[in-house]
Amino acid sequence: MTETESVVIRTVARIAVPFIQVFALYVIVHGALGAGGGFQGGVVFAASFILMIIAFGLPCVRQRVSTRWLMICSVLGITIYAGIGLLCLLPAGNYLEYGAIEAALGIPHLHGYLIDAVEVGIGITVMAVMTSIIYDMADKGGESS
Amino acid sequence: MTVIDHLPVLLIAIPILASLLILLVGWHDRRFCYPISLITVLSQFGAAIIIFLQVMREGTVAYHLGSWAPPFGIELLIDSFNGFILMVILLLSAATVIYARRSVESEIEPEKTVPFYVLFQLLVTGLVGMTITGDIFNLYVFLEISSIAAYALIASAQKPRAYVASFNYLILGSIAGGFALIGIGNLYVATGTLNMLDLARLLPASYELATVHAAFLFLVIGFSIKAAFFPLHLWLPDAYAESPSAVTVLISTVMSKVSVYALLRIVFSIFTTAYIFTSFPVNDLILFIATVAIIAGAILAIAQDNLKRLLAYSSVSQIGYIMFALGVSNQVALEGGILHILGHALMKGCLFMVAGLIIYRMGTASLKELGGLSKAMPISCAAFALAGASMIGIPPTIGFMSKYYLVLGALEADHWIYAGALLIGSLLAVGYIWRFIEIAYFKDNDHDEGHRQVRAREGPVSMLLPMVVLALLCLFLGIFVEGVMEAVTPAATLLLGGA
Repeated sequence: MTETESVVIRTVARIAVPFIQVFALYVIVHGALGAGGGFQGGVVFAASFILMIIAFGLPCVRQRVSTRWLMICSVLGITIYAGIGLLCLLPAGNYLEYGAIEAALGIPHLHGYLIDAVEVGIGITVMAVMTSIIYDMADKGGESS
Repeated sequence: MTVIDHLPVLLIAIPILASLLILLVGWHDRRFCYPISLITVLSQFGAAIIIFLQVMREGTVAYHLGSWAPPFGIELLIDSFNGFILMVILLLSAATVIYARRSVESEIEPEKTVPFYVLFQLLVTGLVGMTITGDIFNLYVFLEISSIAAYALIASAQKPRAYVASFNYLILGSIAGGFALIGIGNLYVATGTLNMLDLARLLPASYELATVHAAFLFLVIGFSIKAAFFPLHLWLPDAYAESPSAVTVLISTVMSKVSVYALLRIVFSIFTTAYIFTSFPVNDLILFIATVAIIAGAILAIAQDNLKRLLAYSSVSQIGYIMFALGVSNQVALEGGILHILGHALMKGCLFMVAGLIIYRMGTASLKELGGLSKAMPISCAAFALAGASMIGIPPTIGFMSKYYLVLGALEADHWIYAGALLIGSLLAVGYIWRFIEIAYFKDNDHDEGHRQVRAREGPVSMLLPMVVLALLCLFLGIFVEGVMEAVTPAATLLLGGA
């Protein structure tokens, strides 16, 4: 497929995408401490892919980020979330009771890291699902699965 | 803490993981999807039985997610009412998943079976979540999970009419979801809590607020749409008639029952009888509409030419019976209503399974072409007759028992006319059930459509077995109704604010 937009848009997108993605990671990791979290960060991360689709066209992005890869990401994200939730059952805690793991292992501030891990899981899933929705919406036939 | 203590959350968390596993494994080989789905639903059913026995033995089971105490954290709460509902819906889900395999093979394109089972699993999980949660916003989240899965499942028949049915349901379902959310928001504004028990405790102080009245109306109308309560049933006939047979069985039994459950839970556990009798007296209106629903649904059912549409309109009528109990709101009537939730799930599940099997074998559910069917499919027709007898309310089936309690309850509350209308509804049920029986057993189509008859034979065992079990349950639970009432009576007492 030929270049879809002008050189200005492509150049700006090329510069902006890494910054958007770093910001997304910041929002995800910040979720345990203040405003932010997996949902918001995941959406921001997906926005970087949307910008790439606008600038470089769908096939170009799809070559790098395939639908299959997105599906694996979306499953992986929820598995991280639910897995950590279930992990809390092992040291006799309730579902998602991070404190139980922290108390059992004796590592200080572990529950904060676990919240981060859960947020990362949510972020991965939201990013993958948002991007696959954009794929489906931008798709005009052709490769569909 | 043992595994038993964690069953409420495992009942939701494990099936969600299982649905993801189905998705992953389905890429590798789609033959693995069905066994995973089967094992998951069967173990959910097993867990539901364990939880229910625990509730019967020790009283209400509560589970605090993340160990956050109730008004702040999300609570899973299983009492004698939703423990019973949980067991009913998982029994029906288990029967449906056994039934589904052959039906899916014939109705769903092979490459769509993976998403089908993923959505199927998510639908069941969403409905289980709606049933066991003790947090009203959580109820809304699970409502949306189940609804979105249901829209896609209805459309999975991949016929133009199924797309239209799914889209109609999507629009009405979204309105219903929106109404429920507005209602929940109003309750939150009025009380500052989302926990159901806490709401019930705090609400009496605000009973006269317009916000609370609006919340009540939004919630009742929203869930009435989901439950297809009479004037709001317009999405139902198409959705039931056009979706794949296994989906029809699931949404007609499990999904409609959970919506009714949510409605009863909101009206009785959150607003309590004090509100609906004195502050905002709507139960006479609900009783009237329920009676209209019973009669109108039955009359519309008689007018149908397609077996699945006939049964769909019959559902409109039967939901009316359950809402009738809500309208009467006394102990005996509520016992009848809760018993009818079980009874209707059993008989409608069986009837739709028969309809699905007929489509599986004959490729049509048009009543005109089913003449003399009983010779070709004797077991299915017998199951239909038994479940149909229960639908009409012929003793000693469970359908008779629930209607008996409903009539007793209506008489106790001096609603003589309504009790009479209920009996007329039963007579009309004879009309639509008899239509199929007459065509299947007494009409002979040999001279005009004989070729069709020769090809049809009895269905595979995996489809017959759940159908026959449900039909026999209609009979045996009716005969041994005392055992069932031991579970139903505490549930009705609980709803009316007793211990």
